[in-house]
Amino acid sequence: MIGFAIAGAGFAALVFWALVGLPDFGHYHWPYGNALNAIATPERHATNVVGITVFDYRGLDTLGEEFILFASVVGVSLLLRKDPEEHVPADEVRSDPIRALGAVAVVLLFVLGLWVVAFGYVTPGGGFQGGVALAGAFLLVYVVGGYRQYHSLLPHSPLEMAEAFGAGAFAILGFVGIVYAGAYLGNFLGLGNAGSLYSAGSVPLLNWATAIEVCAALVVLFSEFLKIYMLPAASWTPEEGPR
Amino acid sequence: MSYLPYALAGWIFVVGLYGVVSSRNLIHLAVCLTVMQSGTYVLLLAIGYKNGAAAPIFRPSHHPAVDPVVQALTLTDIVVSVTVVALILALALAAHKESGSVNPEEIADFSG
Repeated sequence: MIGFAIAGAGFAALVFWALVGLPDFGHYHWPYGNALNAIATPERHATNVVGITVFDYRGLDTLGEEFILFASVVGVSLLLRKDPEEHVPADEVRSDPIRALGAVAVVLLFVLGLWVVAFGYVTPGGGFQGGVALAGAFLLVYVVGGYRQYHSLLPHSPLEMAEAFGAGAFAILGFVGIVYAGAYLGNFLGLGNAGSLYSAGSVPLLNWATAIEVCAALVVLFSEFLKIYMLPAASWTPEEGPR
Repeated sequence: MSYLPYALAGWIFVVGLYGVVSSRNLIHLAVCLTVMQSGTYVLLLAIGYKNGAAAPIFRPSHHPAVDPVVQALTLTDIVVSVTVVALILALALAAHKESGSVNPEEIADFSG
């Protein structure tokens, strides 16, 4: 406790020292952000500059990020690996109104996710945000339907393939960029019209690859943790319930 | 003249750090780490903010906009945070399976 207080005071002093060197809040004057804001729309015909920064100008960073995501999901899958056992769904949603409303909410959330992905380079959104919304729709199936529905909707091996496909497609699109645009992750498609779905060149492809990877990765994570929560048939008695 | 957003970022970071240092539960520790990382989101977004500027979404015309690079970095930051927390929680589950505890000090006693 005393140690933390001393270290905290030292850290506070360092932070204060660093803050003094920063420009006043609201007086941004670095060239890189301003340059991107100025050239992104004329050069790439994309209206969402954050999206185009993620998938085009800083595409290599995003590639690294995709593989962080991929590696950690592989790590979780390995850590939570269990012996193949019969699993009993220890939970069940019995309320009909909740199931009915839930089904509507699942469809709405799924469509919202697709929409956020599709217009990622036009309006706020993109593969990461939309992928999370899509994965949320799958998790909602579990919340309003129970594990049995969730499990029958999501066969495990295609899911892991989809995750690997998303990460692989991003890397391969980078090589296509070398062939057709002369640089890794270069933009190799026609630019189209700014503000429409046909714009920003090859960014839509990278955007969808990311959405597939993020969605599949999160659903794999949900599945792995839910699998732990589901008890083996032998250790579960209806009177006790789970745990 | 305002350094308040930067100070807020530092404060969130230190609060999370205190949680990590004093934590007696691996799940709690993972949540504190998320709080710590939230400080970096605030710092990044505060650095990119420009008075009187809007989001860097240009339609139909050009207008003063905040820095898109730090926003893209924050996006990366959030995704990495989520996946790392998933990994830590999986490790906590594995530790609990091995030692029957999520208290780091009790787990350390097992060491073997």
